[in-house]
Amino acid sequence: MTGAEIVVRALTEQGVRHIFGYPGGAVLPIYDALFKQDVIEHVLVRHEQGAAHAAEGYARSTGKPGVVLVTSGPGATNAVTGLTDAMMDSIPLVCITGQVPTHLVGSDAFQECDTVGITRACTKHNFLVKDVSDLARVLHDAFHIATTGRPGPVVVDIPKDVQFKQGGYVGPAEIVHRRYQPRTRGEDARIQQAIALMAAAKRPVFYTGGGVINAGPRAAAALRELVRLTGFPITSTLMGLGAFPASGREWLGMLGMHGTYEANLAMNRCDVMVNIGARFDDRVTGRLDKFSPGSKKIHVDIDPSSINKNVRVDVPVIGDCAEVLEQMIAAWKAGNHQADKAALIAWWAQVDAWRARRSLAYKRSEETIKPQYAVERLYQLTRGRNTYITTEVGQHQMWAAQHYHFEEPNRWMTSGGLGTMGYGIPAAVGVQVAHPDALVIDVAGEASVLMTMQELSTAVQYRLPIKIFILNNEYMGMVRQWQQLLHGGRYSHSYSEALPDFVKLAEAYGAKGIRAQKPSELDSAIQQMIDHPGPVIFDCVVDKLENCYPMIPSGAAHDEMILPDQDDSPGVTEAGKMLV
Amino acid sequence: MTTQPASAYFMVDAAERETKATLAILVDNEVGALARVVGLFSGRGYNIESLTVAETDHQKHTSRITIVTRGTPAIIEQIKAQLGRLIPVQRVVDLAVDKPGLEREMALVKVSGDGEKRAEALRLSEVFRARVIDITHTSFIFELTGAPQKIDAFVELMIPLGMVEYSRTGVVAISRGADAL
Repeated sequence: MTGAEIVVRALTEQGVRHIFGYPGGAVLPIYDALFKQDVIEHVLVRHEQGAAHAAEGYARSTGKPGVVLVTSGPGATNAVTGLTDAMMDSIPLVCITGQVPTHLVGSDAFQECDTVGITRACTKHNFLVKDVSDLARVLHDAFHIATTGRPGPVVVDIPKDVQFKQGGYVGPAEIVHRRYQPRTRGEDARIQQAIALMAAAKRPVFYTGGGVINAGPRAAAALRELVRLTGFPITSTLMGLGAFPASGREWLGMLGMHGTYEANLAMNRCDVMVNIGARFDDRVTGRLDKFSPGSKKIHVDIDPSSINKNVRVDVPVIGDCAEVLEQMIAAWKAGNHQADKAALIAWWAQVDAWRARRSLAYKRSEETIKPQYAVERLYQLTRGRNTYITTEVGQHQMWAAQHYHFEEPNRWMTSGGLGTMGYGIPAAVGVQVAHPDALVIDVAGEASVLMTMQELSTAVQYRLPIKIFILNNEYMGMVRQWQQLLHGGRYSHSYSEALPDFVKLAEAYGAKGIRAQKPSELDSAIQQMIDHPGPVIFDCVVDKLENCYPMIPSGAAHDEMILPDQDDSPGVTEAGKMLV
Repeated sequence: MTTQPASAYFMVDAAERETKATLAILVDNEVGALARVVGLFSGRGYNIESLTVAETDHQKHTSRITIVTRGTPAIIEQIKAQLGRLIPVQRVVDLAVDKPGLEREMALVKVSGDGEKRAEALRLSEVFRARVIDITHTSFIFELTGAPQKIDAFVELMIPLGMVEYSRTGVVAISRGADAL
């Protein structure tokens, strides 16, 4: 068997059915091996960054690892943004890169780059396979590392001569993963401490994150049960949306910089915080010395380095969210624990008072489409369907997180940690490949979308009916908002003076273009988009200067939010400006 | 009531003093393992005061890296946790805290001079139990082993006596007592 055939066999035995890639000189033998089989379907992207994001969308919507195949040099460097994105958001990817033949490595050969050197900091692990007899083991190892513990991207760099050489194959069952065995079960003593704190809590809150999604549907089910058992309010990070249903009574909405008033105030005033699979990111905590000053903090995370990294916690529990949540439920039931009902009634009264503030409200308009209104209508017209939402990065992303509501995990694909503009279209491609009959919508901004627009061509080629729903305000909206709030309204280079006609652009790609400019025509236009069987660009012309609220300004605490009906003078300090 | 710094961007906790840590790191001896460890320190802004590495178990392909670094206890904990995330890293032990250890370093010190300075250099080397491993009419090379402070003190004394250059290994460390790491 040649190295290239080993690659295809290993992928097949790992259960891979779709890969996202782009051919080139240094991976031709693998492409030749792909040509001779029909188990794995290859999706040809238009840029390697798109391959990585598509694999991320595929992984995040299925729970299976996404697989990328690219060539050496520019193929590998183009994939770096996607790899870094997957690293930051803990998405399991296996990225196979071609490399120049071993005898040319280090000679500055054509399309050579130091792939393992370049990707060392943006992968969970990477390999350069110099000997074909290592190849099968390394590939299985790559899947093991990508998918266990805290998931992440793994690069396997394979020189062209290794792809041609004859070598032996070993199957995944024959491999002993001796060295990487992350702990998944929480320590019992810690679980007991956590449960005791929760049972005694007067003002508790669950703060959950992407870890619950990554731990699979079992984790989301356990989370729902634990919330039901305790009756505590629950909020989530951007990455964790959908783990708990937005229609649930205990749901407070997203927290953080653009989170709801009730979520952030509950975090600020709670006495017990139960963090499940979130990492105290700076967009969530705001000002650290005023972050939830009076609470005891429980932190469940599979990665020990997340514990005490930004915020000191009282009860760390290292383990997989699904397993630890199930342990917590068992311990809660076994100990016959009851939440403090009287205290909870008072706490809920307080939370409901914050809720009544209606922090996501906005001024409606008959003339122009408010972006929040557009997302609201999109939600109303697509709810109940089998819908998956991806986003780009910016204001539209926050509006989607605020106004689109998720009932299930794995339905929401967004670039949280890295904040990668251009994520949404390729991610939608990946989601649609995994779920051909679903309605897949990229809630986009007109600036982000131009970064990876070429992937619409991929969607057309593979008849993937993705819908690109652009909230078009002609500005890089979040940049403009920050310039307004922090830089005296000097809109330095945040206005796109020459945008394409998105309807014609869609037609040029062989897709359908739809435009809506008035609130009155929005619903029928959205319905037209949903009903169209192919890919669509929806150019939703929205209010140009709408700001995304509520907002915790830089350097401020959770209880110092700007709410939508206040004026735009947040009192950002000089120190705050440095935080971006 | 809280000692958290204002932001993750300024994670310096004034309430906590910086201390030295001597980390013994067992890694699989594979291509790039050292680069991963060193890259972690530079990428996350940690300081390396000294670093030594060599294979210590040929059969099991295990190398031992000794890194001396500084930081608050929270930073040291974070460094250890981050090292633990690297796939080739088998074990990380702080030989200042987890297991009290012994530290030694070796230096080669070249001193050039004649007359009384040359004699004085030789006399001092005996006090420090340095060995002379190369000798010419105008120079010595001393080999000296000891705690880092001892090397510092010796070098300090040799400077006025004609020290030309010196090379030191960096710290190697091992825990006290009968147990391995």
